[in-house]
Amino acid sequence: MVHSEIVNLNGVEKSFGAVQALGGVDLRILAGECVGLVGHNGAGKSTLMNILAGTLVHDTGSISIAGNLLPGRYSVPLAHQNGIRCVFQELSLCPNLSVAENARVLHASLRGFGWRKRAGALLTGMLEDIFPANGIVASDIVGDLDIGRRQMVEIARAFTVTDVPLHLVILDEPTSSLDNVAAQQLMSFVRRFTAKGGSCILISHLLNEILETSDRIVVMRDGRIVDTRDAGSFDHQSLVGSMGSVAVEADNDGAKFVSRRADGDKTISMGVEGADAIPFAAHRGEIVGLAGLAGHGQTDMLVSIFAARGISVEAAHVPQRVAFVAGDRQTDGVFPLWSIALNTTISSITSMVHRLLIDPQREKQLAETWREKIAVRTPDVDNSILSLSGGNQQKVLFARALGSNADAILMDDPMRGVDVGTKQDVYRMIRQEADAGRTFVWYTTEMDELRNCDHVYVFRDQEIVAELARADLTEERILQSSFDQKAQS
Amino acid sequence: MSTFLVKLREQPWLWAFVGTIAMWLATSLVTGAQGSGQVLSAAFSFATFFVIVAIGQMFVITLGPGNVDLSIPACMTLAGTVAMKLMAGSDGMILVGLLAAIGCGFAVGIFNFALIRLLSIPPIIATLSASFLIQSSAIAYNRGLRVKPPAALAEFTTTRIGGIPVLAIAVMLLAIVMHIVLTRTVYGRSVLAIGQNSKAAFLAGIRVERIRFATYVLSAVFAATCGYFLAGFSGGAALNMGEEYLLASIAVVVIGGSSVAGGYSNVPGLWGAALFLFLMVTMLNTFGASAGLRLIMTGLIIIVVITLAGGRKR
Repeated sequence: MVHSEIVNLNGVEKSFGAVQALGGVDLRILAGECVGLVGHNGAGKSTLMNILAGTLVHDTGSISIAGNLLPGRYSVPLAHQNGIRCVFQELSLCPNLSVAENARVLHASLRGFGWRKRAGALLTGMLEDIFPANGIVASDIVGDLDIGRRQMVEIARAFTVTDVPLHLVILDEPTSSLDNVAAQQLMSFVRRFTAKGGSCILISHLLNEILETSDRIVVMRDGRIVDTRDAGSFDHQSLVGSMGSVAVEADNDGAKFVSRRADGDKTISMGVEGADAIPFAAHRGEIVGLAGLAGHGQTDMLVSIFAARGISVEAAHVPQRVAFVAGDRQTDGVFPLWSIALNTTISSITSMVHRLLIDPQREKQLAETWREKIAVRTPDVDNSILSLSGGNQQKVLFARALGSNADAILMDDPMRGVDVGTKQDVYRMIRQEADAGRTFVWYTTEMDELRNCDHVYVFRDQEIVAELARADLTEERILQSSFDQKAQS
Repeated sequence: MSTFLVKLREQPWLWAFVGTIAMWLATSLVTGAQGSGQVLSAAFSFATFFVIVAIGQMFVITLGPGNVDLSIPACMTLAGTVAMKLMAGSDGMILVGLLAAIGCGFAVGIFNFALIRLLSIPPIIATLSASFLIQSSAIAYNRGLRVKPPAALAEFTTTRIGGIPVLAIAVMLLAIVMHIVLTRTVYGRSVLAIGQNSKAAFLAGIRVERIRFATYVLSAVFAATCGYFLAGFSGGAALNMGEEYLLASIAVVVIGGSSVAGGYSNVPGLWGAALFLFLMVTMLNTFGASAGLRLIMTGLIIIVVITLAGGRKR
């Protein structure tokens, strides 16, 4: 078979504000190949796929399709016209419409009398092809299907063809909500699809899937492609090694670490349902890390700890005074109409009440103290919070939590958009506060930050699947636990 | 002085007062000096009742998008009816009547919040449907008969000192207290925070549902108190006595410079807006405008204010 080129990316770069998500990516996809794409969170996989699907516009670099350089802006309709489709991690079906109607959303050519019937037949035919005996009917409302079946519909829809020929399907974590059988069915379908000349890009955190299904594997790290080889020349170990930053493994101060768990002074404990699930505990003065891939239940854990503050029963024990540092500051943290000072003090106002009223002197003092301590770049704490850059807003959220009287501080991947220098300052501050007896629970997607933790819990599929003391912490062990629990079971 | 002027220009309530003064001057042109004094005195009498309900409504609206109390008119009617029937014109029962009215307010507020929280009904629908139930209770309780208020209560609500009603002075003091509550207490701060971003407020440690509960109760209690005094002022509780207070309570909040989107509000503006609304109606009356034109003007002004306020924040 002639391996003609489907798409070719050349020196593609993309930045979100100060954060560079992609730093010059070259990627060529040929007809009839399945390319596996791996790398841990923040490596730039999703950004790259969004650019390929047309949902994001790249800053620099060029895209050519079928050998033709695209002159103007690339876009979703253009991607569709050229037979490029994407199954996103966040499902894109309309939950209030039926399965057949969702097929129509993608295929405008299904029109005239009886379109619903034809759309239904098209989609259920493809469903039957990929996932035999799936039990989905064309008239089912998508919102009523369970997540696995919704995923099936989404995948099948991406492979349906009406008037435009299909060349490339991007599958971003397609098996994350599928069980083993359905996942196997999908993988064998991908093989059949590529055998007939179609191409796939497969993103998965199940490395076995990638190794077994792909022809070629592309490894990304820090917005760049760091390795690309035939799948046959990788094995499990070398793939994990290629993804992680091996150089940092030399860091072995973990050996000197003394666990605080010996004294048994638990600050937080959360029981977990399920026989083989590992319960969560955080001790006084401890920095506990939550690791694993993004969206596997770490934030939910933090929120449920926070919501349970002041509760002390057998299954859960959480102190009264808990503070939260939001990572998604726009939706979870900042009060946009308020000044920097008011944003800083909101978690402390109850302790500043004097004769029923909040004492403005103490409020001002707290805001000023933390402006200096954490170096918020502003001439005046009475300026609007929105006058600050993202990183400085994040500092205010840190100040809000650290400045409160909380015994435990929960941090939800709080270092987004914070520059390196500030990060080091904040790490040091967290260590000081922990030594003074505060407990920190820290969800982070950055491997390096886990090295600041005394104890790490690894999450997968909304559960804790492993716990590692600082002394046993290596990047490989975390990757191993976050990727492979499902494959092994 | 110039910094004072700059600060003054930034105050959201400024325009309500500017409008009030303009309306008053326009009216004065027709009525003359003597009449304009009387107009102002009347404005204070009527604005007082608007301000009481608007304070409660303002706290509710400050809670953020979707929060509004539409049961205010029904709550006023119920509280007024219950209190008047209980007092049955006896001066000795005035305090009992007031407590009964406030009790009605508590009950209505708790009922509203129960619908919102326990049954997860959006506040607009919850308070609107609650208002039908509340209104019906008022009808069932007294079958629409008008009971005269105790003479002492009627006299108190119409007493003036130097042309300014005593009740207006009391409500001004109330407004000052509520201004402090909004800006300087944990409760007020929490309401403002929830209105900007309720998820962030929760994660900042604010007990969001308790604050919402307190706010809906507060609004109903203020409406009930207003119903009590209004019944005293107007010679008894009537079933339609709250009618014009539904739109007025929202209009006063908005014209007063509070954000309809929540999280940003002020108490002084309520006074400015209430006086403005009354004076506008008076001016249109003195110019011989019909009732239809008055309603059209009220609607247009609300639209203009919301448009201007929306533009200011962008």
